[in-house]
Amino acid sequence: MTDLFHSLRDAPVSAWIGIVIVGIYTILAIGAPVLAPYPEAASIGSQYQPWAAPHYLGTDALGRDVMSRLIYGARNTVGIALLTTALAFAMGATLGLLAATLGGWFDAVSARVVDVLMAIPALIFALLILTITGTSVLALVLVIAVLDSTRVYRLSRAVAQGILTMDYIEVARMRGEGLWWLIRKEVLPNAAAPMIAEFGLRFCFVFLFISALSFLGLGIQPPTADWGGMVRESAKLIGFANFATWQTATFGLAPLLPAGAIALLTIGVNLIVDWVLHLSSGLRE
Amino acid sequence: MTDLLLQMTDIRIEGRSDRQWKPIINGIDLSLNRGEILGLIGESGAGKSTLGLAAMGYTKGGCRISGGSIRFDGQELRGAPHSTLRKLRGKRIAYVAQSAAAAFNPAYKLIDQYCEGPVKHGVMGRAEAQRDAVELYRKIRLPDPDQIGFRYPHQVSGGQLQRAMTAMAMSCRPDLIVFDEPTTALDVTTQIEVLAAIRDIVREYNTAAIYITHDLAVVAQMADRIKVLLRGDEVEDAPAREMLANPQEDYTKSLWAVREFRRDPMPPQKEGTGPLLEIANVTAGYGAVTVLDGIDLTIARGSTMAIVGESGSGKSTLARVIMGLLPPWEGAIAFDGTPLPPSSRRRTPALQRHVQMIHQSADTALNPRQRIREVIGRPLEFFLGLKGAAKKARIRELLTLIELDPDEFIDRLPSELSGGQKQRVCIARALAAEPEFIICDEVTSALDQLVAEGILRLLDRLQREMSLTYMFITHDLATVRSIADTVVVMQGGKVVEQGTKDEIFTPPHPPYTELLLSSVPEMDPDWLTRLLAERGEI
Amino acid sequence: MKAVLSIILKRLMVGCLTLFVVTIIIFGAIEMLPGDIATEVLGQAATEESLNAFREKYDLNRSLPERYLSWLGGAVTGDFGISLANQRPISELIGQRAANTFFLAGYAAAIAVPIAVVSGMLAALYNGSVFDRMLSSSTLAAISFPEFFIAYILILIFSVALGWFPSLANVDPGMGLGERLYLTFLPAMTLTLIVLAYMMRMTRAAILNLLALPYIEMAHLKGMKRWRVIAVHALPNALAPIINVIALNLAYLIVGVVLVEVVFVYPGLGQILVDAVSNRDVTVVQAACLIFAATYILLNLMADILSIIANPRLLHPR
Repeated sequence: MTDLFHSLRDAPVSAWIGIVIVGIYTILAIGAPVLAPYPEAASIGSQYQPWAAPHYLGTDALGRDVMSRLIYGARNTVGIALLTTALAFAMGATLGLLAATLGGWFDAVSARVVDVLMAIPALIFALLILTITGTSVLALVLVIAVLDSTRVYRLSRAVAQGILTMDYIEVARMRGEGLWWLIRKEVLPNAAAPMIAEFGLRFCFVFLFISALSFLGLGIQPPTADWGGMVRESAKLIGFANFATWQTATFGLAPLLPAGAIALLTIGVNLIVDWVLHLSSGLRE
Repeated sequence: MTDLLLQMTDIRIEGRSDRQWKPIINGIDLSLNRGEILGLIGESGAGKSTLGLAAMGYTKGGCRISGGSIRFDGQELRGAPHSTLRKLRGKRIAYVAQSAAAAFNPAYKLIDQYCEGPVKHGVMGRAEAQRDAVELYRKIRLPDPDQIGFRYPHQVSGGQLQRAMTAMAMSCRPDLIVFDEPTTALDVTTQIEVLAAIRDIVREYNTAAIYITHDLAVVAQMADRIKVLLRGDEVEDAPAREMLANPQEDYTKSLWAVREFRRDPMPPQKEGTGPLLEIANVTAGYGAVTVLDGIDLTIARGSTMAIVGESGSGKSTLARVIMGLLPPWEGAIAFDGTPLPPSSRRRTPALQRHVQMIHQSADTALNPRQRIREVIGRPLEFFLGLKGAAKKARIRELLTLIELDPDEFIDRLPSELSGGQKQRVCIARALAAEPEFIICDEVTSALDQLVAEGILRLLDRLQREMSLTYMFITHDLATVRSIADTVVVMQGGKVVEQGTKDEIFTPPHPPYTELLLSSVPEMDPDWLTRLLAERGEI
Repeated sequence: MKAVLSIILKRLMVGCLTLFVVTIIIFGAIEMLPGDIATEVLGQAATEESLNAFREKYDLNRSLPERYLSWLGGAVTGDFGISLANQRPISELIGQRAANTFFLAGYAAAIAVPIAVVSGMLAALYNGSVFDRMLSSSTLAAISFPEFFIAYILILIFSVALGWFPSLANVDPGMGLGERLYLTFLPAMTLTLIVLAYMMRMTRAAILNLLALPYIEMAHLKGMKRWRVIAVHALPNALAPIINVIALNLAYLIVGVVLVEVVFVYPGLGQILVDAVSNRDVTVVQAACLIFAATYILLNLMADILSIIANPRLLHPR
C-alpha cells in the first residue's frame, strides 16, 4: 500500500487528469438521485427547450431534462459496463490462470474454444445472439461478458505462463506447495499490474461496445437513460442544425453531449491504464 | 606518424537513472599504441564496456560523456560532429559485441553484413569485399570458408558466429578493435578456438585492440598490457607479465588470489554409515529426446561431489530428476537407504525437506514481490511448523548464518539486494528446511569472481558446521578444484569419468576429460601458445 | 522452403476449420429460436395446412444437418435463401450492398494504411519529440472516442457548418466513381480516423521494440548512415509485425463499418444487418453474419500467413 502512495506522488500529469475524470464520473454515478435536478424518465417540460435555466442543457423529444438524463446515464451505462467487465474478467482470468497452471488437456481444449470464439467479430456475434434473445439487458451483459472474457483469458494465460517459467515457481513446487497456494502467493502478486491495466482496457472496450449497441437501438432500451440511446434519439436533430443562431447550433451539439460523455470517460480510463503499464514495466527493473 | 593511436584523458561518463545523473566512469586515462592489445578487466559494474565504447566516441542511451578528451590518431572525438564519428566507426575503429547472435541482423546473410562496411565506407568494391570475406574466414579458421558466408546467422553455431563477427570487424582493416567480452557466453572448449583466432588475426594485421573481460586467465593470454577497473575508477595499469607476476594494489591481488581457495579435505566418514545418495541406472528425457543415459552415482555423507560438463551434458536434468521434477524412465534413486519416489508429489514433506536445491540465477529464483522474511519464513512454516516468535527468531538466526545483518535485510525486497546477497538468501532458504543434502546448480556462474569466492567459502563453512552433503553442478573447473571431494565428468547424458578430485585431475584421462581440462585457461600468459602448439594448430 | 510451406498449409487448414465451425455456430444459433421459420413468417394465426405448405416449399422438413449443408452450399454459390420480412431472395437484397460495404472499407483502408505506417515509423524514430508526443495524445483520444462521436463531429463541421459534404451518403448503382467518392467521403473519413489511430500506435510500438535490439546498435557502430539503419536493417525485420498490425485493423474495419453505415444511412451490408436484427429477420441476419465473419477470418488468416513469410528465421531454417 505504501508503494502505491509513493507511485501516486510521482505520477505524471496525464495520470492525474485520468484519476480526476474517473473520480467525477464515479461521484455522478453514485450520487445521481441526489445530484440530478429532475428524474430520468419524467416528462417535465415541452420538447426541445433552449439551453437555458432551469434546463441548462435543454430538453429532448419527449420533454425530459437532458442534464438529468446525462447524470443518470452515468449510473446506468457505466454501471452495466462495470458489471459486464467484472463478469468477463472473473471468467477469463480464472480460466486463463488455470489453463496456464494446469496445462495438459484443459489448456489445449480451452485454448481452442477461445480461438473459435475470437474468430468471430464481437459485434457480429452479439448481433446474432440478440436476434435470438431479443434486446434484454441480461442477454446483453452475458453475451458481451462471454465474448470479452476471451481477451482476458489470453492475457492472463500469457502473463501466468511467463511467471510460471520462473525458478521461484519451481522452488515452490519442489517444496510441495499445492496449486491454490501457488496461484495465490506466487503467481497473482506478480500478475497484478498487467491484469489491472487489462481491466481498464476491457472496461473501455465494453463501455464503447454497449454504447454502440444502444446507439443501434439494440442495447439498453428507453426509457432508461443511457448515453448511446441518447445519441440515437438526438441524432435526428442534426438535420435542423445550423450555425446561424445559438439555438439551432445546440441542435447540432445535442448528440455530442452524450457521445462526448462516453469519450471523456474512456480517455480518463486510458490515461490511468497507460500509467499503470508504465509503472509495471519500470518495476521490472 | 607516432606510435600513439588512442589517448583518452580524464574521461568522465555519467548515466541517467531515476531522473538523476550518476557517475559511471570517474576520470580515467587510457592510452594505446598501434598494434598494442590492452586488456580491460574488472567486475560487473566497473564500467569496462562503457569505457570501451567511449573509445569510439559512443555512449549507450541514457549516458553521456561529461568530461575529458578522446584523441584518436590526433583527432578529437569528444564533441565531434556525428558525421565525423560515423565515418570513423566501422572503418578505423571497429566493435565486436558480446553476443554475436544478437548483433547480427537475422534478415541478411553473413557475407552481406561483412561487405556492408567496406562498400559503404568506400574501402573496397563489392566483388573485392566478397573475396576478402572468404579469405578472412579462412584465416580465422571457420569451417567451409567458401560457403559459410552465404548462410544466415541463425544457421551457424555460437562459436562460429563469434569468429564471423571478428572477421567482419576486420573487414575495413581498422586501426583499433574493441572486443567486448567476446567469449563470455561460450563453452570452454569453443572459447579456445575463438581466442586463438582473435589473437592471430589481430597480430597479423597489427591491429590495436581493447580486450574487455572479467576472466583473468583469458586476459592473461590476450593482452600486452592490463588495466584494472573498479566501480568506475582505475586501480592499476601495467604490462601484462609484470602485473600477473607482481600485482601492486590490494584489489588486484585479491582478484588474482580468487583461484587459490582450496577447501580442506573431507574428514573421514563415520563407520557403519552408508552413502547418502545412490543413483542407479537412471535414464530420463523430454518427449522423444534422451537427456540422461544410464547414470550410476554414489554420494558419500558429508562430502561434496562436483558434476562437471558443458552445456547439453545433462547435469541440470540430473538435478531435476533427483528433486523429483522429472521422473526418470528407468532406474531408481535411494536416499539414506530408502527409495525416493520418482515424483516430488509422492514424497512426504518429511522426506522432501532433506533434499534442497539452489538455482543458478538468484534473480529468477526469488519472487520479486516477497520480502526476505517471507522467503525464508515459508519453508520454516511448511517443513518445520514454526510460527510466530519462534519463526521470527529462526529467520534472524539464518540471516546471521549467511552473513547478512537481520535488522537491515529482513524486510527488504529482492530488488534491493545485490547478486551475491540474493544468492545468500537462496542459501538461507534452502537451509531453513534443515536438509541433509543440497544440490547447488551453477550457483556461482552468474556472479563476479570475488563475490563467487565469498559464496564458496560460505558454503564450505556451512557444510562443516551443519554436516551437509553437496552436489555441486558446474562447468568451471577452477571451482571444482576449489571445493570438490569427488568429481563426475558428464558429456552428452553419460558419465565419462568419475573418481576423487586427485584421480580426475591426474593423467591419464579419457579423451573428453583431456579436452575439457586442457581448455581451461590458466594465468600463465604462454598457456594458449603452448596449448595450440601441443594440439598442432600453429 | 519446405518447412515454411508445411507451416502455411497447417495454418490454412486451421483457418478453414475455424471457418467451418463458425458457419455451424451461425446456423445453429438461429435454430435455438422457439418455433421455426414458418411460424415466424406466417404468424401465430396461420393454419396447419398453410404452415405445412410453407415448410414443403422451403424444404424446412429436412433434418438439421441436411438443411445446414444445403444452406452452406447455397451460400457458397450466392444463394442465401429468402428474407422473412419481404419474401425476396436475399442475394438480390445484399449483393449490391455487400459491394457498397467493401467499397467503403477499401476507401478507408487505402487512405489509412499508408498514413498510419509512415507516421508510426516517424513517431518511433523521433521518439520523445514534440511530434511523437502530440501523436500519442491524439491517437489516445481517437481510440477513446466512439465511432458515432467522430462521425457527428465531422458532420457538424464539414456538413452543417461548412457545407462541403453531404451528411447522407445515399449512393446508388448508377453513379460514377467521382460522385461516389464524394458522397462517401465523410463516412470513409470517420473510419479512417479510428483505424488510423490504432494502426499508428501499434506500428510505433513495434518499431520502438525493434530499434532497441542489439543488431540495430551494431549497425550504428559499423558507421552506417541513419537512414540506412532504418531502411535496410530495421525495415525488413519490421515487416512481420507491421503486416500483422495492418491485417488486424482491416479486420476491425469490417466491423466498424456497421456503425458508420447507420450514421450516414449508407446502403451497405451493415445497415441491412442492423435492420434485420431489429426486425428479427433471421435469414438475412444469418447471411450477413456469414459474409462478415468469413471476411474477418480470411483477413486474419492472411495476416498469419504473410507474417510467417516475412519472418527470415522461418524462411531460411537450419
